[in-house]
Amino acid sequence: MATDSTREPLLTVSHVSIGFNGTPVTHDVHFSLFPGTITALVGESGSGKSVSAMALAHLDPSQAEVSGQAFLDSNTTLNILDNTLDQASLQKLRGGQIGVVFQEPMTAFNPLMTLGKQVEESLIYHQPKLSKQERKEAVLHAFEAVRLPQPERIFTAHPHELSGGQLQRVMIAMAIINNPSIIIADEPTTALDVTTQKAILQLLESLARERHLAILIITHDMGVVWEAAQYVYVMQKGEIVEEGSTRQIFTAPTHPYTRMLLDAVPKLTVDSEGEDSPTADSPAPALVQLEHVSLSYSHRAHAKLALHDISLRIGAGETLALVGESGAGKTTIGKVISGQLTPQQGTVLIGGDNLAGLKGKKLRQARSSIGFVFQNSSSALVPTKTIGWSIAEPLLVEESLGGTKLSSQQRLERVEELMKHVGLDPALASRFPYQLSGGQRQRVGIARAIALRPKLLIADEPTSSLDVTVQKRVLDLLRTLQQEYGYACLFITHDLGIVQEVAHNLAVIKSGEIVEQGSVSEVLAHPRHAYTRTLLDASPRIDVSAR
Amino acid sequence: MSTFASSPLARTLWYILKRAVQALVVIILIAVALFLVFYMLPANPAQLSCGKPCTPEQLQRVSAFMGTDQPWYAQLGAYMLGIFAGRTFGTGASAVVCSAPCLGYSFRLSTPVTTLIAQRFPVTASIAIGAAVLWMLVGVSTGVLAAVKRGTWVDRLLNALSSIGISSPSYLIGLLAIIVFAIELPLFPSSGYVAFSTNPLEWLQHMLLPWLVLALLNAAGYTRITRAQMVTELEQDYIRTARSKGVPERRIIGVHALRNALLPVMTLFGLDLGALLGGAVLTEKVFSMQGLGMLLLDSVTNLDLQVLVGSTLFAAALVIIANLIVDICYSLLDPRVTLGH
Repeated sequence: MATDSTREPLLTVSHVSIGFNGTPVTHDVHFSLFPGTITALVGESGSGKSVSAMALAHLDPSQAEVSGQAFLDSNTTLNILDNTLDQASLQKLRGGQIGVVFQEPMTAFNPLMTLGKQVEESLIYHQPKLSKQERKEAVLHAFEAVRLPQPERIFTAHPHELSGGQLQRVMIAMAIINNPSIIIADEPTTALDVTTQKAILQLLESLARERHLAILIITHDMGVVWEAAQYVYVMQKGEIVEEGSTRQIFTAPTHPYTRMLLDAVPKLTVDSEGEDSPTADSPAPALVQLEHVSLSYSHRAHAKLALHDISLRIGAGETLALVGESGAGKTTIGKVISGQLTPQQGTVLIGGDNLAGLKGKKLRQARSSIGFVFQNSSSALVPTKTIGWSIAEPLLVEESLGGTKLSSQQRLERVEELMKHVGLDPALASRFPYQLSGGQRQRVGIARAIALRPKLLIADEPTSSLDVTVQKRVLDLLRTLQQEYGYACLFITHDLGIVQEVAHNLAVIKSGEIVEQGSVSEVLAHPRHAYTRTLLDASPRIDVSAR
Repeated sequence: MSTFASSPLARTLWYILKRAVQALVVIILIAVALFLVFYMLPANPAQLSCGKPCTPEQLQRVSAFMGTDQPWYAQLGAYMLGIFAGRTFGTGASAVVCSAPCLGYSFRLSTPVTTLIAQRFPVTASIAIGAAVLWMLVGVSTGVLAAVKRGTWVDRLLNALSSIGISSPSYLIGLLAIIVFAIELPLFPSSGYVAFSTNPLEWLQHMLLPWLVLALLNAAGYTRITRAQMVTELEQDYIRTARSKGVPERRIIGVHALRNALLPVMTLFGLDLGALLGGAVLTEKVFSMQGLGMLLLDSVTNLDLQVLVGSTLFAAALVIIANLIVDICYSLLDPRVTLGH
């Protein structure tokens, strides 16, 4: 374990304080990294965990004011946090002694450069004696080390040709190529599917073990900590509030903040009686009914069916969770239900009506009974309009469709009422989206979605860009609102962990086909399809006794 | 598309072919539109070249000779056919042959329009290409400098200078340049053109002032757009990734950020250069150079419709071809482009 006092730390960090424009964001942060060990720095967004770690490679925003000490190995003469570090030492540090893995693999690569070139670039500056051929061999070797298939093909590929999981492996290959002793991984799996997340965490684990790397994982997700880390530092408001071995932290957390983070982790309790999930007593009349729906995007070169023979129903007032990995067709189903896409085959009935036959005003009227909550809360709101405007917009649309005309005072009252319903202070109505936190913005999205009292709410990954603690509160809100408003809900997610908290029924989708569906408790307790079992295995499950 | 989509090279070639066909269609549509606009004007070309006094019989004869007695669609057909196959005005001994590509015939100057354009184009091309190279070098380098030093006095100074550049009219700067560098300090000739093939040194001496004037004014816009693009690119995640690898800042700016930043700059450059090649009217006027711009100006003042249509079509084609070249460069530089939608 990392606490073993006989082992020398590879990196000792102490008294790190970072500020922006004189406002401190972290205070007296300390941590140590040991060879062959994964250490986690955990906390919510804004807790200062990323800036503290990135400061080690001087990758903080340029206006950050950093003070403190960080020593590599037992070399106490060179403080790598020193602001006066010369360019040569800095370049040696970055990529040479410390490798970095970033959160968003899709944007972390230069889109115009082949991946081989981008990884090779790191070698050029750290091992200038290597010939071009030797560099290529080293890159291919690193691709193999991170278990990338067809290294030769990836060498000449551009970033857009690879999946997020593959790109994250390339990034790890890039981080380890000069054999650094330390890897900093900033939310390395947040942008990935659960099954990919598990594979990447396993890769990091084996790399730490085999190459005696000290890996620092920065995360907001206790599930990730449990899966990968041996030692944990908990950070809140710029300070380390608790530290200990993973087992200690999970079995006997002492700080209330640690306990809150642990509570926020969606618990996947597989229980054959299935009493935990809210099951409907009797089957409600169907609000949404899809029968044998197939759809292909005809303009694609490789015309593959995006949806294949999909049949599903959502009862009035019920929630159906649609679970699958990115690209499986989850969002496409949402678009079919809302009439944005017309399938080539099959029927789509909403409350008995066929949306496919509707046009113009009729279609808009039908759509006004469907509310949408989107994944990315910031791009789903008009950046130049106030929150109040965004919430009031559906009301105006309804008026234009022949609804009762509201006076501006009435509209204002309705907006305030909606804001209260979703737990927002009505005073925020005059604010702009960028002035709100991610959780607040998602509440605005929800208020807008329920403004017209929809019969159906389509929530597309509504919490996947939120911190776990915020996610929990948003999920609670969606559940309470459903009781109040009685809408049916299509809840699209890639995370089986949260399904139990929100859904009655569950449909698992893979490559455009529904492989399994049933009540949540039934499917989780007795998964019949191998893919459902894979998803279940990949969901971080915190089981202290098993460790 | 499916048979072509097999390899990246085939995909690129298919893309280029598609864009080339589109460009050709656009050029033909422009030719039709131009023809309709100018030939529908109340001015009667036959009347203009008939001379005085012009009897109805004479007018009839001239009209028949020029083909303007035909209905408009027949005229349009003859014009379009002339571009590809050439045409002959009149018959017998007085016949005038305008060989393909025939963009019309100036009865005023007794010269095919194509010949006129061929005479004038080297002048305009000399001005445009030289100036373009200069303004690209100046604009991009100052833009990069401003982006890298953003917020400092260097950035503010370049911003102020580019504001002056953008808002200055070229004839004013051109005249000032002539007064200073050709009259007060007689370093350069103030006007005229010497063909490169005649005397390269004199050609260069005559070109330098127009180049400088055009380049300075155009560079200002390029400074602005390059700066904006560079600032955006320097904030991208991949820049941070490059830093994390230990790549020196010079290479991050010069290779990673600049290559991405130049893509939209290239689009603008293609359009600007294409437009300028069609005639640098003000510059040619100020420096008394007989380029396409002056040809266009003369044809307008003399209502020489054949020349007007021909040279406008030529100018439009240049813009479209420049745009096509930019698109092709894009598809070669940006691997994501050919995939399209």
